[in-house]
Amino acid sequence: MPLLEVRNLIKRFGGLTAVNKFNYELEKGTIASIIGPNGAGKTTLFNMLTGVYVPEEGKVEFNGNSLIGRRPDQITFLGIARTFQNIRLFNNMTVVENVLVGMHARLRVSIVHALLKTKRFQEQEQRAKIESVRLLDYVGLGGRGDELARNLPYGDQRRLEIARALAAEPRLLLLDEPTAGMNPQETADATRLIRRVRDELGITILLIEHDMRLVMEISDWVTVLDYGEKIAEGKPEEVRRNLRVIEAYLGKGVASSLTPEANSPRPEVETGFTPPDQAAAPTQNDGQER
Amino acid sequence: MVNRHSISMPFSGGKAPPWARLVGIILYIAITFGLAYSLEDILPRAAEIPLTLFESLAFLAFLGSAMILYYQPIPKVAKLILGILVLLLLMPALGLRNGYYLEVATQVGIFAALALGLNIVVGFAGLLDLGYVAFYAVGAYLWAFFGSTQAGLVLTSIKDFFPLGGEWFFLFLCLGVIVGGLAGILLGLPVLRLRGDYLAIVTLGFGEVIRVMVNNLDKPLNLTNGPQGISPIQRPPLFFMPLLQALGFDLEPRQIYPIYFYLLVILIALIVIFFTRRLDDSPIGRAWIAIREDELAAQAMGVPLVRTKLTAFAAGASFAGAMGVLFAAKQIFINPESFTLMQSIGVLAMVILGGMGSIPGVILGAILVTTLNLQILKALSDWLNAMRQAGTVLNLGFIQYAMKNLPVQLEPAKYERMVFGIVLVLMMIFRPEGVLPASRRKLEITANRETPPEAVSATPPVTGGGE
Ligand SMILES: Nc1ncnc2c1ncn2[C@@H]1O[C@H](COP(=O)(O)OP(=O)(O)OP(=O)(O)O)[C@@H](O)[C@H]1O
Ligand SMILES: [Mg+2]
Repeated sequence: MPLLEVRNLIKRFGGLTAVNKFNYELEKGTIASIIGPNGAGKTTLFNMLTGVYVPEEGKVEFNGNSLIGRRPDQITFLGIARTFQNIRLFNNMTVVENVLVGMHARLRVSIVHALLKTKRFQEQEQRAKIESVRLLDYVGLGGRGDELARNLPYGDQRRLEIARALAAEPRLLLLDEPTAGMNPQETADATRLIRRVRDELGITILLIEHDMRLVMEISDWVTVLDYGEKIAEGKPEEVRRNLRVIEAYLGKGVASSLTPEANSPRPEVETGFTPPDQAAAPTQNDGQER
Repeated sequence: MVNRHSISMPFSGGKAPPWARLVGIILYIAITFGLAYSLEDILPRAAEIPLTLFESLAFLAFLGSAMILYYQPIPKVAKLILGILVLLLLMPALGLRNGYYLEVATQVGIFAALALGLNIVVGFAGLLDLGYVAFYAVGAYLWAFFGSTQAGLVLTSIKDFFPLGGEWFFLFLCLGVIVGGLAGILLGLPVLRLRGDYLAIVTLGFGEVIRVMVNNLDKPLNLTNGPQGISPIQRPPLFFMPLLQALGFDLEPRQIYPIYFYLLVILIALIVIFFTRRLDDSPIGRAWIAIREDELAAQAMGVPLVRTKLTAFAAGASFAGAMGVLFAAKQIFINPESFTLMQSIGVLAMVILGGMGSIPGVILGAILVTTLNLQILKALSDWLNAMRQAGTVLNLGFIQYAMKNLPVQLEPAKYERMVFGIVLVLMMIFRPEGVLPASRRKLEITANRETPPEAVSATPPVTGGGE
């Protein structure tokens, strides 16, 4: 049984169908990517998986539980954590506190214990703090824990978002453009981190990315969305050669002028895969505006 | 030199050694207390000298000593002893000399507790609540109803029980917490789906609804006695009277009650501070702040939005409920006039002025706003009036101004709202985070220090992700 199973998922905004009849299966332990041009519906899909948007139709099963109609915090509790395309940290909290909030669903000791500062409460807090610091070390933010999140450099903020999501002890981690706006060095670090999360922590990863080099390098499975429709799906090298995908990214004219040659890598197309405007500028929609 | 340093920059992390700070703070307390106590005798009486103004400033400085003390890096024991000295001995002593001081200090305590409650809602959780005083009213009317003959008018069959004896006051103080909290939940349930401005408007409406309801609930059932208000309300009994007499204090209830209420208020305010700090440093406190910072992200991290907001509302409202009970007992008389929108805004001003989300800040806000309101503006008015009547001529060197020409409309006490408006606007421009902004605790160090080294090794964290 797959970890995540999506059936016939539809989301409309007025007349616009942002995601249309989307079917998807994700096996445990994979790193899977979702790619597609701007406005393809990738973030919208994440928002439906995490309960931010309620789909018009369709089913989402995660680890045997239906996710439709559940609140975001309930879904987090079931084991899906996420990061956001435009970073959404708790800016005026410290780095450690951000991670501690990520643990919220797992801290089970009641408010009465907090008021009375019982032993159980103190132990839980202490354990949580130690674990947070350890998570920060893990993502490479050791020693930065007491800084305010808003004072971190951009790349570190993205790491912190990952640490905060990991604090929820997810089975599935959704990363929305984790390397957007990063320089090549930071991107390489992030790639390594993502892989470690899967390899060492056994967390399944689904990520949205515009950086094709990263996608091709890291993914076991790639799915391509265009205008809300799934237009292709497969191993990275299969998707890379798919004519519809090339069309979606470069436009029909360009694609048909290139005669696809099986089995030979085509560097021009690969570089063309990442139009600079898409890679550089993440758009701002995580369900806030409505 | 060293003393001046620790006095004039009490909140900065100056380099003076602890003993110097200790001497400094003791001197500070002694001087401000001495001034507040004896300015009356020192200063000559003349219309030009604003005695009450100086007195209230000295008193403000003295009140501030408790705050300054809190920030001094001196031994805890010394802090505790000095704190007790200031709050439990010197302040009542000032009160015996001049009753108004004690009244102001009591009001400061009440408002500090209220502001700390509102701070949970506005400062921590970021929910703008403009109807906070409604919960204060709920607590006040709760005790006013049962602690007077009012309940007998409604519950006619058992009317001999009312008014409940003063000893019930303490039970009702606890009931005030519960009823206030319930009222907070009742209001919160329908409105917490709203955000920002909408929430502010609805809570504002709620505050007014409660006031109007209290105003009109003298029929069909006379629950509140309408605009006339309820009086007399029972006060807590002076159960320690025999003890005082045995100790040789021969004070009358009229002298004791102000001190008694002052001490009660201080006690409750300390409890409120204590609990607020604990909440701040707990998962629920972090969840409140996370919601303030980013609702969507907080939810995505597993914070249940509605429940967490409701907890904030209930916690804030429960403080107000308890303070309401106390207020009713202290005033003996309450009517709807005490629970107006201006009150809500006043408490909000304390929170904003002091620093949203900052516990010491909010307390300082309560001190500043209350003394400004009750003492300083009034003293300014008195001063101007005295000069007007005495026909003083101000000599500013190049210009002479006869005070009797000063328009009678110019009375600072009447400009309270304007003064607040100006102060708040200036704050928003120059120090939007408040006088004593919130600072976050340093957790990484404590977590590391209290961990045996092997526990923080490079092993990956154990998560539930793998099987
Ligand atoms: N809350 C909303 N209300 C109305 N339209 C929306 C909303 N959220 C997304 N959309 C629209 O849905 C479409 C898909 O948006 P989405 O953000 O999912 O794209 P994306 O694939 O994440 O794009 P990008 O690569 O730019 O992040 C877009 O046309 C967008 O304008
Ligand atoms: Mg997107």
